[in-house]
Amino acid sequence: MRRTLTFTTATAIALALSLPAFAEPQAGGRLNLIIQPEPPSLMMGLVQNGPTQMVAGDIYESLLRYDENLEPQPSLAKSWEVSEDGLTYTFTLQDNVKWHDGEDFDSSDVVFSVDVFLRETHPRLRASLVHVEKIEAPDPSTVVFTLKQPFGPFLGIFEAGTMPMIPQHIYEGTDFANNPMNNTPIGTGPFKFEEWERGSYIHLVKNEDYYMEGKPYLDEVYYQVVPDGASRAVAYETGQVDVLPGGSVENFDVPRITAMDNTCVTDKGWEFFGPHSWMWMNNHEGPMADKNTRKAVMHSLDRQFALDALWNGLGKLATGPVSSSTRFHDSDTPSIDYDPELAKQYLADSSYDGETIRLLPLPYGETWQRWAEATRQNLIETGFDVELVATDVAGWNQRVGEWDFDLAFTYLYQYGDPALGVSRTYVESNIAKGSPWNNVAGYVNPEVDALWQQAAVSASAEERQELYSQIQDTIVDDVPVAWLLELGFPTIYRCNVKDLVTTGIGINDGLRDAWIER
Amino acid sequence: MIRFILARLVKAVVILLAILIFNFLLIHAAPGDPAAVMAGEAGATDEKFIADLRARFGLDQPFGVQLWLYVKSTVQLDLGFSYRQNMPVIDLIWDRLPATLLLTLTAFVIALVLGVTAGVLAASKQGTWWDSIISSMALLFYATPLFWVALMASLLFSVVLGWLPGYGYETIGANYTGFERALDIGKHLILPATTLGLFFMAVYMRMTRASMLEMSRLDFVKTARAKGLKNRVIQRRHVLRNALLPVITLAGLQAGQIVGGAVLTETVFAWPGIGRLLFEAISQRDYSVMLGVFFVSAAMVLLFNLITDVLYVLVDPRIRLT
Repeated sequence: MRRTLTFTTATAIALALSLPAFAEPQAGGRLNLIIQPEPPSLMMGLVQNGPTQMVAGDIYESLLRYDENLEPQPSLAKSWEVSEDGLTYTFTLQDNVKWHDGEDFDSSDVVFSVDVFLRETHPRLRASLVHVEKIEAPDPSTVVFTLKQPFGPFLGIFEAGTMPMIPQHIYEGTDFANNPMNNTPIGTGPFKFEEWERGSYIHLVKNEDYYMEGKPYLDEVYYQVVPDGASRAVAYETGQVDVLPGGSVENFDVPRITAMDNTCVTDKGWEFFGPHSWMWMNNHEGPMADKNTRKAVMHSLDRQFALDALWNGLGKLATGPVSSSTRFHDSDTPSIDYDPELAKQYLADSSYDGETIRLLPLPYGETWQRWAEATRQNLIETGFDVELVATDVAGWNQRVGEWDFDLAFTYLYQYGDPALGVSRTYVESNIAKGSPWNNVAGYVNPEVDALWQQAAVSASAEERQELYSQIQDTIVDDVPVAWLLELGFPTIYRCNVKDLVTTGIGINDGLRDAWIER
Repeated sequence: MIRFILARLVKAVVILLAILIFNFLLIHAAPGDPAAVMAGEAGATDEKFIADLRARFGLDQPFGVQLWLYVKSTVQLDLGFSYRQNMPVIDLIWDRLPATLLLTLTAFVIALVLGVTAGVLAASKQGTWWDSIISSMALLFYATPLFWVALMASLLFSVVLGWLPGYGYETIGANYTGFERALDIGKHLILPATTLGLFFMAVYMRMTRASMLEMSRLDFVKTARAKGLKNRVIQRRHVLRNALLPVITLAGLQAGQIVGGAVLTETVFAWPGIGRLLFEAISQRDYSVMLGVFFVSAAMVLLFNLITDVLYVLVDPRIRLT
């Protein structure tokens, strides 16, 4: 407990210190960050996992960025207009943007990237592109997206991880997956790819021709690959790295590291992703097919303990399917609080007859393992018989994708809008074996399905809020999954590194604004 | 001798082929495949994405066809392509080989030299406090988990004392060349090589000691003593030479594994070697890399076994070439 309090104080001070700096940025210097695990590739159009986006977010850009309130900000588009009927989105591009190989970037690159390349390779964007009728480039600096019907979250899909700009002159007419240039990525971003010593580091250097005068400030960036969590802590403690992005070190190491001199911590920079954790409950078959059993599980979970003891107080208790940083969140939903007596009551009313519940921890390190152990303890206290099933990442993917579990920990990004990152978990049309990221629980509610559909294509924000509130109410009452925490990932860094996190996408949005105070 | 070596080579090829097939079956029996892992990492997927990946990895082919294609290409010394890393497997292994050889060979030499020396010392001082200290130390090094020793060494010498770098192969971005670079790599090598070496040292020490004591009790040693030879000569020329046979066997077996790398040590010290390549490939189910590393290390084990057999004949003339 004492440890948590100490950390909370340190966090408060550091959060205060990490407020935007008003000093004049200083150019120059080198920044060393941890990257974990090593990305399989830096070609962001082909690979969309976290580590790839963190490094390649410096190399590739998209038309927009989003601040911590998810308001769109200019990136490769300097301005945009939305027609009154919500069907036409017109973007005007920045002037003098060049690819890292010196070629000009223009609107035909945008059309190629979205309509040809990413439509072929990017499953998450593909799901949004079904709403798009056509993409046109009337002149080199203008791009027009015309939709088939209004799509509420459309303006939220223009960040680099969802829609990275790909150079047409390199990829057009080639086999995208096997293009040799995939190993030496060319983007428009503030940093250029220099060298990748596999197993050791990725080296990026300043893009001298970047379209923003004076930016980036840093001369070079090294992403260091250190596979062991304890060694990553050592890397920071010995001064070999300056930044530990969220999730780099085990949570129990965080208070020790943040107590070091000149060390700041922030949980900002995840608002766009809204990492939301829950336990899948197998609604298809077994004990969790019974709503009363699911409610018994939900009220058994002491989530405040997990937040304080395992997550150092960073993050929030989830109130339902939509994260509080995601648009249209509604906290006025039925209670899912820890209530052991209520849990026992629900269990008594359920069809559960003592069978062993198979609980899959998320194989992402010690914090998740401990969380599963604490959860097992909670469930045993209610009267469940629970066994933890050990898996590695590949095994976890398969078991969850094949519905071979009763309870399974997971967390997913929400991408700022329920239509982009929440509905996929609950709609019936997204039930299919083989993927751990669809409606794995097998939740079926045709009434809610209709509401999801209606809310996604509504052009009015008020109407969307009303529909999403209704959805949240119903789903929370049905408890298809057991919501846990809105995860808070601490980014730990030397306090003299300024403007490291300036958007709701955080370090994944590139180090365009970062500078080192000397 | 040449006929002996040729016969052994033929046998080795047959064994290698059996290992190839066994590895392939074993790996495919594990849950999950590379397409599922990559789709999982993307955090979103649809049927087309999974199908495209499976086609790229060749997983859409019938199992028998996959096995046949694998054996055929490996026999032609083509270890395949890692679609995950977008590189030929042989290039990935080749890139990591120098770091692994440097680490494992240094550790091997440390283990062998210190282990045999300590073993001889302990045996010749049997029953004294020398013997007790050496034996206890060996037991301690052998019994303590390698990753824990590695972490503690890193904490003490890197974080607390600040004497040595705690991880990595060389100072990143320093761009040293020539002697300066060698010195820099040497500094980075000390902790991982010693940690790995100490574990194996304990094994060699115990084996040398036991073997020396066993030999000392045999008749030919008594005869040598009766002939009036000095104890030092008896120990070196008669006891040690015979006692080294089991040590050579063990060293031969371990030398074969040198190419396979040291998974734990390489992981804790972020040493960019083959052990880590394998470890990461396993967690990502990167089949072609896993099979490539298994193939190379199996081939090396067989090669070193052959070398051990030849050395045996040279060290002990009683062993016949059969």
